[in-house]
Amino acid sequence: MVNGLTLNDFLILGLAVFLLGVYCVLTRRNAIGILMGIELILNAANINYIAFSFFGGGGANYDGQVFAIFVIMLAAAEAVIGLAIILAIYQNLRTIDVGAAETLSG
Amino acid sequence: MDLGNFASLHFFCPELLLTTATLLIVLVDLVIIDGAYLGAVALITSAGALLLIGVEPASEGAWLFHRMIVYDSFAVFFRVLIALAAVVAVWMSMGSAEVRRCAQGEYYAIVLASTLGMFLMAESANLLMAYLSLEIVSLTSYVLTGILRNNRRSQEAALKYLIYGGVASGTMIYGMSWLYGIAGSLDFVAINHALFAASGVPPLTVFIALVLILAGLGYKVASVPFHMWAPDVYEGAPIPITTFLAIGSKAAGFALLTRFFYPGISRLDVGGGWTALSGVEWPQLLLVVCIITMTLGNLAALQQDNLKRLLAYSSIAQAGYALMGFVLLSNDGLRAMLVYLFAYYVMDAGAFLVVMIVANATGREDMGAYRGLAWRGGAVPAIALAIFLLSLTGIPATIGFIGKFYVFAAAIRERFYVLALIGILNSVVSLYYYMSPVRAMFLGQPEEGAQPIAIGAWNYSLMGLLAFATIALGLYPPPVIAFAARSLHFFAGTS
Repeated sequence: MVNGLTLNDFLILGLAVFLLGVYCVLTRRNAIGILMGIELILNAANINYIAFSFFGGGGANYDGQVFAIFVIMLAAAEAVIGLAIILAIYQNLRTIDVGAAETLSG
Repeated sequence: MDLGNFASLHFFCPELLLTTATLLIVLVDLVIIDGAYLGAVALITSAGALLLIGVEPASEGAWLFHRMIVYDSFAVFFRVLIALAAVVAVWMSMGSAEVRRCAQGEYYAIVLASTLGMFLMAESANLLMAYLSLEIVSLTSYVLTGILRNNRRSQEAALKYLIYGGVASGTMIYGMSWLYGIAGSLDFVAINHALFAASGVPPLTVFIALVLILAGLGYKVASVPFHMWAPDVYEGAPIPITTFLAIGSKAAGFALLTRFFYPGISRLDVGGGWTALSGVEWPQLLLVVCIITMTLGNLAALQQDNLKRLLAYSSIAQAGYALMGFVLLSNDGLRAMLVYLFAYYVMDAGAFLVVMIVANATGREDMGAYRGLAWRGGAVPAIALAIFLLSLTGIPATIGFIGKFYVFAAAIRERFYVLALIGILNSVVSLYYYMSPVRAMFLGQPEEGAQPIAIGAWNYSLMGLLAFATIALGLYPPPVIAFAARSLHFFAGTS
């Protein structure tokens, strides 16, 4: 226990962040807003990994914390590629509203 | 064998070659202005990787790099398949009019990096490695899809791919975090022990974690309900990349899916059957996914006019057939799945190649460009496309028939009669849309002003090779079947 917080508190926080991320992805029409939603989903997973690692879900180890560091790194890589693609979209379409990207359908 | 970092390198030569070549191409590209022969370097590298897999030291299997990666015959099968996919993709890229216009160095370096990621997907033995390799493949695929910078469709496809992919892999690692919490480890073998040993694991929690993980894996193999990106991305990407995604990325997805669900969370029985965790109904869930995947893929393909999009829906349906082997929970089913994936590789690569040849000559991908193709100088590609499409339908004397035969036979042997029946009905439906380009090519009147088709020897030779393989392996399949049967060994080690 850390300051009266238990594993459950962190898991509920993680779930809340995850659901907020999914909600953000589903409702945003701005491409950068959607990327931020994806960030939230990734960080929800991070909260879980670190909490499980700290409280030792099935035997304490540091695997979870290592995983979280890798997720942070990959989230950065994904943001770089995402923003590059959004920039290219902006140059082509002059908007980053995902609703405008509808040449491909059917 | 639990090998350390240096001892592992003996089994890691193909990956090392790919890494070196990727870096080399990036460096050379900085110095040399004309990157015309970087494609040749990439082709030699992917063929070299294939060769290195062939000369690897014989081994029962081993853990590499402190149990991050596993080397066994199953990994070898998929590495061969992925290396072959890379060879075809690079070969096609060198003969593609679209690719010639983009930066050669970047393009080939990223293709090789993507191949490396797929190799690692097929060999992951740890959730962290699975996630990292899947992301290598995803991130490189986003870039390759959007590599045509001034093409609106390509950019749009890249954006959709990125959004779906980001959500799917995020959901997957959230599910993995629960599995980590339950099992207390990221290692597949340790997870397996924990799940089967612990009596206190609530089945529902495990099931929810598996469903979340399935989001990431299902997105890679493009199964329902994570298939939505596939038609858009396949249509928008340059055709060699579409091919690479359809055969390479999908094969890697199947490899990781099998590795996670079979040796990861199930147990092998003496008779070659597998036992799933009791109370966790993932086989039933995947059975439903499989049926919907093939049916939806086939029905949606019926209404397509763009050949690339038609083949995209067809590849969703094909993934459904391969999943039929996956859901049977037996080694027989897995063997059928491997045979099917190999067949799918040959015929789908061929079909996309002909689409590329026509697009090179006319700049079009819609059905109109194929009308009367056989009578305006394109008789050979028309016959080749007919062979590939007949094979995708599953007509006898083609490799597609062998694949379907094994999958359906395995389903019947395991008493999944309804599943086999749905599969056969689906094949009948698919005949309609596979035959519509054939009808257009041979019976249709050429549109006014339609140019004659000219093909170079480069594309000709690959087309001939794939058409020959489709027929030859359809008439004499034992090599493929023996290779698949040999590849069913999952190294579990003595932990």
